[in-house]
Amino acid sequence: MFSQCADPSTLDGLNWLGCYLTTGKHISFYWSFLTVLVLLAVTAPIALAFGFGGAMAARSQVAPLRWLGKGYAAMVRGVPDIVFFLFFVIALDQALEWSLHQVRCPDWTEPIRQGLEFKVCPQAKIPPGDAPQWIHQLYGFALAVTTFALVFGAFAANVLQGAMQAVPRAQLETAESYGMTAAQVFRRILVPQMWVYALPGLSNLWMILIKATPLLFLLGVQDIVYWAKELGGAKTSTFAYPHPDWRLFYFLGLLVFYLCMTKVSEIALGRLTLRLTRGQATMAGEAQRRVHA
Amino acid sequence: MTCAEAFSAYALRSLGIGEKLLPRSDFTLCQQVTLIGSGLIWNIYFGVLALFFGFFLANAVAMARASRSAWLRKPAEWFIFVFRGSPLFIQFFLFYEAFVLLPKAGIDIPLGVTTLTVETSWLTKAWAGALIVLFLNTAAYSAEIFYGALQSVPRGDLEAADAYGLTGWNRFRRILWPTTLRLAWPAYTNEAIFLFQSTTLVFFSGFPATQQRGDALYYANYFADKTFNPFVPYPIVAVYFILLTLLLTWGFNAVNRHLNRHLPANTRSRIRLRPQIIR
Repeated sequence: MFSQCADPSTLDGLNWLGCYLTTGKHISFYWSFLTVLVLLAVTAPIALAFGFGGAMAARSQVAPLRWLGKGYAAMVRGVPDIVFFLFFVIALDQALEWSLHQVRCPDWTEPIRQGLEFKVCPQAKIPPGDAPQWIHQLYGFALAVTTFALVFGAFAANVLQGAMQAVPRAQLETAESYGMTAAQVFRRILVPQMWVYALPGLSNLWMILIKATPLLFLLGVQDIVYWAKELGGAKTSTFAYPHPDWRLFYFLGLLVFYLCMTKVSEIALGRLTLRLTRGQATMAGEAQRRVHA
Repeated sequence: MTCAEAFSAYALRSLGIGEKLLPRSDFTLCQQVTLIGSGLIWNIYFGVLALFFGFFLANAVAMARASRSAWLRKPAEWFIFVFRGSPLFIQFFLFYEAFVLLPKAGIDIPLGVTTLTVETSWLTKAWAGALIVLFLNTAAYSAEIFYGALQSVPRGDLEAADAYGLTGWNRFRRILWPTTLRLAWPAYTNEAIFLFQSTTLVFFSGFPATQQRGDALYYANYFADKTFNPFVPYPIVAVYFILLTLLLTWGFNAVNRHLNRHLPANTRSRIRLRPQIIR
C-alpha cells in the first residue's frame, strides 16, 4: 500500500507493524466489519417486519392464519437457533432451485434427489454456473440475511405478540365505543401504544442479534471470524510477513469490537426508551411528566 | 443394516464406543436418530456440569456485585459485562486459542524441594476447555439474574430479620438467599434452557471433535453434508431439543414449587418460557 512497504523483509519495529496491518488481506478484514454492520442494518428491519406479520397473524380471526402466526412465534422456544441457521441456509437454497426447476424445466424426467445428490437442470441453478464470483458471494450473503431475518422474526413475533396484549384493554374499548372499525383501532390505537411495551424485548433482541452475527462464519460468509482465523494463523518465512500464531490477539480484537457494540447499543437504547416513554400511560411515563410539571 | 444393529453400533458412538466408522452410504433413519441421540450425551454433559458449577460461582459473583467494597464490586461488574456483552461463539474461539498457546510439555511449578509439572494439553480438548467457557458464561448470565433478584428482596423481609436479631451469615442463609433464589428462579429456568441450547456451538467453534466424537448438532451437520438433505437430520435435533427443554422445564418447575411452598397459591411466581437470553 505504501511505498516503504515494498520489501517487508527490510522492515522492523513499528514500520513493520504498520505495513503488516495495511496489507491487502487486512484491508479485506477491515471491510468485513462493514459486512457485519450491513447485516445488522439490513436484517433488523426485515426481522421486525416478519415479527410484525407473525404477531398480526397470531391475532387474526382466521384460524389457519392464527395457527401459522402462533406456530412461527413458538418455533424458536425449544430449539437452538443455530439449528435453524444451519437448516435454513440449505433448505432455502434447495427450495429456490426446486421452484425454478419446476418453472423452467417442466419436462425434465430425472429425479431431483439422486441418492446423495440434489440435481436440478442447469437453467435452474442459482446463481447460474457461469456467474462471476461476486454474484455467488452476494447470493450467499442474501441467503444469510434471509435466514437471520426468519429466525429473528420469530423472536420478534414473540415480543410483539406480548406487547400487543399488554396495551390496556380499556384503550381499545374506548376506540371501539367511538365507532372505529377493527382496522382503525389496530392502526390508530394499538400500534402507536404497543412500542413502549415492546421496547424492552426488542432491545434485548437487538443485543442478541449483535451477538449472533459471528454465526455468519458458519453460513459460509467471509466475515470477521473467518478473517481473524485466516490472518492470525502462524505464517512461516515463505510469507511476506512471517509471524507466530497470533489468533489469540485477533480474537481479543473481535471481543473488544463486540463489547464496544454492546456498550454503544445500551446507551442508545436507553435514550430511545426515555424518548418513547414520554407521554405514555405507564409508570415511567408518569415519572417523566412529574419531573417536567 | 437393521434398526437394532444401528442402535448397537452407534448408541454410544459419541463416547468412542461401538463402530469406528460413521455411516458413509445408504443412510437409514435409524442411523440418524441413533447417532444424533448419541451426540446428545455431550450436550447434556456440558449443560449439566456447567449449570451445576456455574450456580455456585454465580451466587458468589452476584454477592460481590452487590458488595459495598469497590474491590469486590468492580471485578464482578467487569466479569459480567465481558461475558454477557460478547458472543459465546467468540469466547469459545478466544479461550481455545489461549489454551493452545499454553506450553505443550506442561507448566513447571517449583515447590522448593520438587517441581510440580501441571499438564495443560487437556485444556485444548472440548470436554474440559469448552466446559470452562460454558461454566464462566453461564455464571455471568446467572449472576446478573441473581443480582437483580437480590436487589428486589422485599424490605419487609430484611426488617423482619433485624427484628428477630438475625445478622451476618445467619441473616443471609435464612432470609436473603432463599428469597433471592425464589425470585430469581423463573429467569434462571430460562437461562438453564438457553445454556443447554448453546452447548450446540461447542464443536463449531475451534474445539475439534477427535475421532468424530461430537454432539447432536455435529452429527446432524455430518448427515446434512453427506446426504445434502437438511430435511431429515435437523428436525431430529429439533425434536431431541424440544424433549430436553420439556424435561428441564419440568425439573425446574418442581424446584420452583418447592421454593414457593410456603406462599399462598395466588402469589407464587410462575415460570414462563421467554426466549430472551440466548448468547
